[in-house]
Amino acid sequence: MLKASGGSTSWWKELTVASAPVTALEVQGLTVRYGDLVAVNDVSFSARAGEVTAVLGPNGAGKTSTIEVCEGYRRPSAGTVRVLGMDPSTHQRVLGTRIGVMLQEGGVYPSARVLDTVRQYCDLYAKGLQPADLVDQVGLTARAKVSWRRLSGGERQRLSLALALASKPEVAFLDEPTSGVDVNGRDTIRGIIGELAGGGCAVVLATHELDEAERLADRVVIFDTGQVIADGTLDELRKGHDEIRFRSDPHLDLHALAASIGMVASQVGRDEYVIDAPPHPRLMAQLAAWLADQGHPLTDVRAGAQRLEDVFRRLTADRSDRDAS
Amino acid sequence: MKQFVAQLRTELQIMLRNGEQLLLTLGIPALLLVFFSLVDVLPTGTQDPVDFLAPGVLALAVMSTSMVSLGIGTGFERSSHVLKRLAVTPLGRPRLIAAKISSVGVVELIQFVVLVPVAYALGWSPSSPNWPAAVGGVLLGTMAFAGIGLTLAGRLRGEINLAAQNGLYLVLLLLGGMVIPFAKLPAGIRAVAHALPSGALADVLREALGHAGTQPATSWVVLATWALAGPAVAAATFRWD
Repeated sequence: MLKASGGSTSWWKELTVASAPVTALEVQGLTVRYGDLVAVNDVSFSARAGEVTAVLGPNGAGKTSTIEVCEGYRRPSAGTVRVLGMDPSTHQRVLGTRIGVMLQEGGVYPSARVLDTVRQYCDLYAKGLQPADLVDQVGLTARAKVSWRRLSGGERQRLSLALALASKPEVAFLDEPTSGVDVNGRDTIRGIIGELAGGGCAVVLATHELDEAERLADRVVIFDTGQVIADGTLDELRKGHDEIRFRSDPHLDLHALAASIGMVASQVGRDEYVIDAPPHPRLMAQLAAWLADQGHPLTDVRAGAQRLEDVFRRLTADRSDRDAS
Repeated sequence: MKQFVAQLRTELQIMLRNGEQLLLTLGIPALLLVFFSLVDVLPTGTQDPVDFLAPGVLALAVMSTSMVSLGIGTGFERSSHVLKRLAVTPLGRPRLIAAKISSVGVVELIQFVVLVPVAYALGWSPSSPNWPAAVGGVLLGTMAFAGIGLTLAGRLRGEINLAAQNGLYLVLLLLGGMVIPFAKLPAGIRAVAHALPSGALADVLREALGHAGTQPATSWVVLATWALAGPAVAAATFRWD
């Protein structure tokens, strides 16, 4: 069970978590329909306390509809959702005190000042947090008296995150938290998300940014056309899909390369190539030797597990192929 | 209670920070009262124009705050997802609505504190005013106009809602017996004007504050009907997102 202690600046650092992972969010056979349109089709996944679960997918994949059911905004057409053991559509009032929500955009009075808005939410949640501390944690102290409409896109995201933190959430639903945020702001937000999860909160992160998910997520749920097409840890999704990715001159003689190293290389960019194989030192040496013999440079090389972006492309491409056949 | 106070404080902060809302709720009624009391161009039918204008402008103030200001503000909160965000806090709909109604009440109180002394200063001298009846009329009028404002705000997109609220404000102002007497309206329009909430409220206030209502009993019925129907329609049709 989660146990909170109030009054501290970084209160989530003081959360304690039982050793076994607790399932904080359970989605079973969820279907969401809008008239004849099936936006979410028989989806199941879970998120655990103390972990960051990234929900990925292209636009229209069903992520937002799923998250909105979990937050209690809409009722499922079929299936069940349990947040902290409760049905969000019937226990929204109770869950409202225990979850944090960060909308993708808006959600704040345009003319309201940063500190006033955070104070409003601290008072609504009544968890004893100090508004000025929250503003400081998201790096907006210098903008505390500025109205929302005068904030940059990244500053608005950080304010929205502060509002989600005001509930001392046990489950946090964060929609595109780093969208439009500059590098320093991203570091701040990543740090807060990491500390939230480290303190026992189940963080559900909906994002398009695969690089962001790769940095933050313990588990990844990939949506496509209303269904979950992959669900697991990053290692599980990458398993059996090692690669060697390198850059050299454009238009390498890939037939000659394959004859030399015994593996097929594919050109994936103007000067970028991929070999689908484990990064064995002998193979790496053969590749480097062939490039040297042919007078080509080796300007960049990355070997090992596939990037999440490649996992995502592979899974969505597999699905497209299956649908086509 | 803490959540209600927090939301009420926010509602008032937002209203006070919006200059155009202050102009609408206080500036325009005060301007109309002062200008047309001093410049006798309206066919008020009274010896002193302020005797006709004061109750009408008080009715206009109620309409400005509870319909236009509340409706436009709520419409923008809807389109900018403020209501959606609040929906997943411990605030809850009853406290949100209570905070909005209370903020309207506070602003109406400020309006009356400003407008009534201005009217007296301009020479308004109501004969044996029945203030409890006037307060009752204001409460019913607030319910009726809030219902209309929220009905529009809950269905229309932000910019369209803005145009609709302002357009309706103008129509109700001109046809509602607030600054133009019913007797001066064409016969066909006069019947419609008496059935409007603005006409009913102006007539009720004129009767309560000067025994000058044209058909007070009917006006009370009309006003009470709008006060019940407006919020009921708003509750049935309002979309939070």
